[in-house]
Parts: sequence; C-alpha cells; structure tokens
Amino acid sequence: MPTVGIKRDLLFKALGRTYTDEEFDELCFEFGLELDEITSEKEIVSREQGDTKASDASDVILYKIDVPANRYDLLCLEGLVRGLQVFKNKLEAPRYRRISPVNGDPQKLIITKETAAVRPFAVAAVLRNITFTQERYDSFIELQEKLHQNICRKRSLVAIGTHDLDTISGPFTYTAKPPGDISFKPLNQTKEYTATELMSLYKTDSHLRHYLHIIEDKPVYPIIYDSNGIVLSMPPIINGDHSKITLQTKNVFIECTATDLTKAKIVLDMMVTMFSEYCSQPFTVEEAEVPLLASHTLSSLFYVESTEKIAQLLTRMCLLSRATGVGDEIEVEIPPTRSDVIHACDIMEDAAIAYGFNNITRTTPRAYTVANQFPLNKLTELLRQDLAAAGFTEALNFALCSEEDIADKLGKKISETRAAHISNPKTAEFQVARTTLLPGLLKTIAANRKMPLPLKLFEVSDVVLKDETKDVGARNSRRFCAVYYNKSPGFEVIHGLLDRTMQLLEVKSARGEGYHIQAADDSTFFPGRCAEIIVRGKTVGRLGVLHPDVINRFELTMPCSAMEIDIEPFL
Amino acid sequence: VPPTISQHEMDHLLMADSGVVETLLQRIEKADDGVDSLNVAASLGVDHQVIVGAVKSLQALGDIISADLRSSKHWELTVEGSEIAEQGSHEARVFSSIPLEGLAQSELMKLSFGKIGFSKAMSNKWIRVDKTQEGGPRIFRAVENIEDQVREKLLQVQKGNFSQLDEKEKNELKKRKLLSEVTVKSYWITKGSSFSTTITKQETELTPEMIATGSWKEKKFKPYNFEAMGVAPDCGHLHPLMKVRTQFRQIFLEMGFTEMPTNNFIESSFWNFDSLFQPQQHPARDQHDTFFLSDPALAHEFPQDYLERVKKVHSEGGFGSQGYKYDWKIEEAQKNILRTHTTAVSARMLYKLAQQKFTPVKYFSIDRVFRNETLDATHLAEFHQIEGVVADYGLTLGDLMGILHQFFTKLGITKLRFKPAYNPYTEPSMEVFSYHEGLKKWVEVGNSGVFRPEMLLPMGLPEDVSVIAWGLSLERPTMIKYGINNIRELVGHKVNLQMVYDGPICRLDS
Repeated sequence: MPTVGIKRDLLFKALGRTYTDEEFDELCFEFGLELDEITSEKEIVSREQGDTKASDASDVILYKIDVPANRYDLLCLEGLVRGLQVFKNKLEAPRYRRISPVNGDPQKLIITKETAAVRPFAVAAVLRNITFTQERYDSFIELQEKLHQNICRKRSLVAIGTHDLDTISGPFTYTAKPPGDISFKPLNQTKEYTATELMSLYKTDSHLRHYLHIIEDKPVYPIIYDSNGIVLSMPPIINGDHSKITLQTKNVFIECTATDLTKAKIVLDMMVTMFSEYCSQPFTVEEAEVPLLASHTLSSLFYVESTEKIAQLLTRMCLLSRATGVGDEIEVEIPPTRSDVIHACDIMEDAAIAYGFNNITRTTPRAYTVANQFPLNKLTELLRQDLAAAGFTEALNFALCSEEDIADKLGKKISETRAAHISNPKTAEFQVARTTLLPGLLKTIAANRKMPLPLKLFEVSDVVLKDETKDVGARNSRRFCAVYYNKSPGFEVIHGLLDRTMQLLEVKSARGEGYHIQAADDSTFFPGRCAEIIVRGKTVGRLGVLHPDVINRFELTMPCSAMEIDIEPFL
Repeated sequence: VPPTISQHEMDHLLMADSGVVETLLQRIEKADDGVDSLNVAASLGVDHQVIVGAVKSLQALGDIISADLRSSKHWELTVEGSEIAEQGSHEARVFSSIPLEGLAQSELMKLSFGKIGFSKAMSNKWIRVDKTQEGGPRIFRAVENIEDQVREKLLQVQKGNFSQLDEKEKNELKKRKLLSEVTVKSYWITKGSSFSTTITKQETELTPEMIATGSWKEKKFKPYNFEAMGVAPDCGHLHPLMKVRTQFRQIFLEMGFTEMPTNNFIESSFWNFDSLFQPQQHPARDQHDTFFLSDPALAHEFPQDYLERVKKVHSEGGFGSQGYKYDWKIEEAQKNILRTHTTAVSARMLYKLAQQKFTPVKYFSIDRVFRNETLDATHLAEFHQIEGVVADYGLTLGDLMGILHQFFTKLGITKLRFKPAYNPYTEPSMEVFSYHEGLKKWVEVGNSGVFRPEMLLPMGLPEDVSVIAWGLSLERPTMIKYGINNIRELVGHKVNLQMVYDGPICRLDS
C-alpha cells in the first residue's frame, strides 16, 4: 500500500478548512484511506540520519496517508483533495476534456521499429498554459516518483518523461540505438556523455542505479529525439538536461515509454488529469488518448432506495452517473483517472463507499449448511489430545528449513530425500520444505536445554514430498514425530508411546493385520538400535536411538530416542 | 505441605516438657487476656528458654495457642547492684562498721567498700572526721540511725517493681553502674481456635490401617499448610497456537462451515494467483514476496477449458469486465510456489463446486501460508491463515458484515467497523476493525470482501451467485491472547517451552 506524504497546512488550505487530527483520521477511514503517521521532514531525517543532519530540515507538519494500491489518482495532493472534496459534496466531479491545439497540428511522437527489441510502447500528451508554483512543481515531481515506484514497477513497466515544450520542437522520434551511438547532456550534468559512459556514471548513483538493469544488457537503448536531434530522454534512465521543466515552464510535453501499453496509458492519464487543474483551461489536455467507458448494468450488492440514489452516490465518487430509466440501469462515465474501474463491481464498490459501509444494515446469510471436518484434520486433533495426555508436549516447527537440516545433519544425502527445493530463498533457513519432522524437534530441544530433563516432545504436522502423480509434482504428508531426551536413551519410552498410539488407533500388536517392529538400518540411528514400524504389512515409519553424530550435529549432549510415522494410513 | 514434627520431637515434647506444657496451658486457660512467657518463666522458676520451647512445640500442633512475639525494656541489677541488694550500700556498710568509739580512717580504707562508702557517707553527713586525734584522723558516726535508700531501691528493682522508682533515681543508679537497661523478647500467649489444656499425639496422614480399624475416629490430625503449593503433575501439554487453532475450528464448526483440505503447501501460480484474477505482473508475484520452487519447478495439469477462460478474462476481458489487457502467459501460471494464501484452496474448491449443480456452501480453513518477506518481531516467512468463505445466491455486503459480526462475537469482539480497502481479487473489499478497549483505538483484525466476477464466472458458477470471504492470521490473536511480543517465542524451534508448560486453556470469548 503506497504512502503519500502531504504537508498538512497545504492540504487544509486546498480543502478549504482545517481539521483536528482525529477528524481528518475519521474522514480518511470513511473514504478508504488511513492516516498512518503525523510527522515532519525534520522528524524523519532525525530518525533516519540522526539529529545533526535534521537541524536544517523543515519542521512543517506532514501527514503520511496510506492509499489503496489501485488508486493511483490519490497519490498526490491534487488528486487527494479532488477526491475528498467531491466525496464531501463540496466540489463537482471534474469532467476531463481532450482538446486540439488552437493553431497548428497536434504534436506527434513517431515510434520506430527498433524499439521493439527493448521497450516497444510510447504515449504522449501536452498540458497547455500551465502555471507552476514551487509547491505545484514539487507535487508534480513527487507524483512521477510515486507512479514510478508503484504502477510503473520501478520504471520496468512504464517510465515517465516531462519536458518544457517551448525548448524543443516536434515531431518527436522514439527509437532505439546501440549505447555507443547515443550521446547527450543528461539532466543536471554539465557535459555530454555516451550512453555507455552514463551507465557506468550512474552505477554509484543511489537513486538511478536501481533502474540500470532494465536496459543494461540490451543491444540497443531507448531514446527520444526532437526534430533537431535534441535528446529528450533515454528512458527509463534519465531525461536530457536541455528540455528540463522549471517553475517558468508554460507548456509541458509528457511522454511515457513502456513494456505494457495499458499501464502506459493509465500513467499518462494520471499525470495529465492531476495537473490539468493548473492549466488556463482547467482539466483540459491536448491530444491524449482518453478512454471513456460505456454504461454498466449494476447488480445489487446492498439495498438502496432507488437507482437515482445510486447515481447520486456515484457522482460523489467522481463517477458522473444518471439513471437511464430502463430498469435499474445507470449510465456511468468513467474518468481517465479511474483506471481501476474495469467491471461494474468496481463501480458498486464506490457506491457502497459513498453510502458508507457502516451504514449498511447487517444481515445473515440464510443458507442451511451442515459442517464437516476434514477427516485428516479430525484425526490429527483427536490424536494430539491423547498424545499430550500420554505426557508429551507439543512443538510447532517451520515447514521450511535448510538442506542441511533434513540431510547432512541426519546422516543422509540430499539426493536421497524427496525434498522440494526453493529457488529464491533469502537465507539458508528457507532452502527446502521439510521432509521429516525430526530436525525441528531436535532444534526445539537444543533451544530449550535449560529445561529440566527428561524432555518429551511431539509434533503432528505436514511434511512435503515430491510426487509426480500430483498436478504440481509434490504433496503433503501428515506425520507424527516424537522424541525423548534424557540421561538414558529411553528406547522403551518411545516404544511405549508407539504402543499407546497403536492402541489409540485400534491396531493390535500382531504381524499381518496388526503392527510390529523389526530391526532396520538407518544412518540417522545408532547401529542396532533402529526398527521399522510395520502396520498391516506396510512400513509407516521408524523408531530408535539417535546416532551420536546426529546428536552432536544438533548441538545436543544427551542420548535421545525418536519415532516418526505417517498417519494418513490410519484414516 | 504441612509442617512436619518428627516423632522424636513429639516424644520429647510429651515426655520431657509435658509438665511445663501442661502448666503453661493451664495458666493460659485461667488468664483472661493471655499470659507473658517471661512472667510464666519467672513464676515457675524455670529458664525462659524452656517456656519458649513449649510455645514453639504447641504452635507446631496447629491453632492450640496463638503467640505474638513482643519485646520489652527492662531494668536489671548489675553484679555490683546485686551485691548491694544483698549486703547494703557501701556507705551503709561504712556506717555500720564504725563503733561508738570511732575508727581510724586508715583502718576504714582497708575495707573493700571503704573508699567509695566513705565519700558517700560523708556527703550523706552520716559520719564525721576528727583530724585532731592521736594516731591520725579518726571517723565517728554523725547520726544515730541511717536509712539505706540505695539498697531499698535496688531491692524494689530486683522484685520487678520498676514503677516505684522515678526516672531520675533509675538514671542515678545506672550512672553508679548498679542498674542496667536490657531488652527482653517474650511471647504474649493467648488461646488458639482449637485451644485445649490436654494435648494428644497428632497424626500426619490417614492410613489404610486407620480406615480398616476405625482408629481415625479417635485420632487428631496435624493440620495442613494450605499456603504451600502442591506438587506439579507429570503431564504433557498442547502448543498455545494449536489450542487457539482448535478454538477457531470450533467456532467455524458451530457456524456450520465445512473444513477445506488445505494439505498442499506447494501450489501452482495458476491456482494461487491467476484463478483469483491477480494479474501476472502484480507485485505479490514478485521474487521478493513469494517463494518459487526450482524442483518441482512447474505444474503440469490444469483444467484446460477453465484455463482458457482465465487466460481470456486476464488478457481480453469478458464476463462484463475489460480485463487487464496484457499478454497472459501459461509459463507464468505454471510456476510452482509455496502458496501465499489458503485462498488458492478456496479457488480449487469453488471451481469444483461450479462443476456440480450449485448448492450454497460455507467453507473454512486454518493452515500455513508462506511469504518471502523481511522478518521481524511479528513477521515470519510462514504463518497460519484463517479463512471463511460463503457462496450463495444474492449474498450482499450486509450478509458479509452480518456474518463477520457473528464470527467476531464468538471471539469476544462485538464493536466492529469496516473500512474500504483494496484487494486484487475482491470487490468491494473491506478491512475489519475492532475497538480495542486496552489501546483505546480501532485496530485491524481482518480483511474481507466479495470475490470478483472475473474470478467466479470463468469457473462456471451461476451469474447470480456471490461469494463472500474473510481472512485473518492465527498468530496475531494468539500473541494478544497469551501476551507474547516476539513471534519466535511462539512459533518455531526457539519456542519457550516453559511458556508452553504454563499456558492456560484457551477461551477466546473471555
């Protein structure tokens, strides 16, 4: 969820009144926002870099507001104020208009086929006769940054370039060239660099270095020229210095280059709709593609007296609406700011928000249903109760662990396990899904060596095994594992627990149709102290005294016996 | 554990000191408001320690007597003071040593008391010195009779009549080192709740023999000390998080919800994301948020016609939706992951439901989910998700809020309100807040919403069926319930077993 920092006093000025922190928090809540923090630049710098650095920072109060991840139109002061004012019936929802230039042809951006290899899409628009102030300018830059971080996926999907139109002349060309063939003076630099030089220059730039990987390995880099060969930008890395925006800029040329055309259109719409407010003809934009949606028939998600009422509610959410008079049909005009609206249900949500979620009468679904437990979970619940009654304490360990935990430490090879492997673990703790519960219990003992002996632990939980018969190639297996840790190995204790478990599961001690144990070789266990557990002719698990090497590898010091069985055969 | 008095101690008490104990008890019985152990010792002519021993023995037998320790200040004669009480003061002895014809001063000084007695007798004007006599100064009586007040006073003190002396006199005698002040500890003894002048041997425990012979009827039993702790039972324990899980299962079962089979940690991106209409470039599908598998890396079987409908709704739209309009790739959908939510299972269940003639259902699950996130005191890479799902014709937002109200009431949470939110696969989406009385503010307790038509219609569910759902984590309510601040103390091998041993039963609504 993106967080937007907005100067409180500017916000109140734009809203036309002041609020107490509580009142504003309440307003946010109703509208689906969250006032996350009340702070200042000084406080933020002081927290992150220490008091000395903070001494020069501004102490103007900032509201940090959490905005839903799909509401790109609320990422700046302009959009937020517009949304809240309309919501509070203080402003009519603006109607955005696409206009043609007063004289001459529209600006053109020609895309060449070379871009297909690196960044194939571009869209552009012009904001005419805009008036910037320092605050508007800051907000303009900030919105680009917020869009870059969110919908643009750190510029990988879309990158925005904004230019002073009066310093350049169209038509513009969007093309792609080998980095050695590109040379220009980038934003805020004093000399020209080739693209290759720029890439190494920005390797150490704390901000730009994060974007280099997007084009670094490509044979050609994207580049936009004007008709005189002046470089506007090398997306998604940097703009040219020549066309940079200043407070004096009157006409703004905005281009968005992209690997995703839909997203590029959304981003461009967002930029122009937010700042068209400051044009001499407010809410106009030149030659942008502004999609308008057709009407939707609304399904009824909550009870409202009339379709007219719904239309009123929607209009409060910047969705100009009217009842058509045909059934409960409403015609809704979706402004270009609302790229999140792709289905009637999105419109209904806005109607519900405007109505107030908390004003909706609470009802109860009438369907008669009979509850059923999942049989494996039912067995697990019942078994756990009686295992605790047998004197063992339940542990709860992670399903993910290191390869070492399930292989080396148990005296096995990782290739012998049927482990599912994770491709992107951040640390060794998440290399594999566990194939046995034993390592977790041994680690629990190691972390609790200060507790009085004996330690008697159990766990009934899932392990994961590769299984080609399943659609995903793996399945869970529900296991029961128990360990006994004391000055003597206590094989008889674990054996007794097995006998008790079989009694609980109504399996008699007998060969054939009952259960029995028989000597087995297993490198996890001390030679001659391990047996297989055979139930109705099938091996379901093992028990025995752990090998001293295993005990050492888990940083334990006492003898230990253990058992682990698959409980699914007992369903 | 009751205090034990050994048989030896009991015998000793009964045989050796039984006389003292019985006399003491008789004294207590006669006294109106109790007796002082010092007085008893004095009047019986025994050492005070003997009485103290008797008091302690009686206390060990229960509430026969009640004894309060007190301390008192008390005057006592010094060795010199005792000598004076017996033989008279030095000055009096000087006086009585002098015959009518007088005594040479040199002779007087030879007596042990001579020197001190002479000056005191002089200042009392009991004697006079005639220095004109032959053979040196000679002492004569100056009065006919004397009253030895010092001796009288000391005799009073010896009898215990301290009040006869005023402070000035006491201090004077103290100055002469004839008296000293001592602190004496004694017991003030009164009748206990089970006072009796006779004591019998008390039994520690009921025995099989007593039951067999009926001898318990005549016996007295040593009282138990109910202040002491009992012996801890030898037992096993269930894990706190699992106890809370059991309660949540119980709540869902009480509400008629059927448990979903969530025993599949590994899931394909298709069921985890695509089927939920979560676009393939969504940040949640990033390497930084989700664990991907290298082996088995890909899923292979999908319901083919359903997969085509999912592909279409993402890339072109349909079912009343514009779709996301991007190039949907089967390769992305095939990627195996550790499921990021149990909603992947809900999707499988709803798809299965759509393949039959529709009947309303209520489903729930509580199981592990995995996130490749940065870890801190409240976040782990895996946690348990609690999820409830209801599918029926014409469900409304009011139904969702109503059922959430019922669910949370069973958790003891009645004050709820709902905030508009954004989830990729629900529309509308509502975050659930409850008023926390302790923190005095609204805190988020869960997330909820109505599944998007783009998720349900490709499955083949009827158009007028809505599906409402909500979810929350199991760890958070457990940490609040058991007052745990660091999640590692609750989940995983670093668990504090003492906390598991000491954990109470779990009743979520109290």
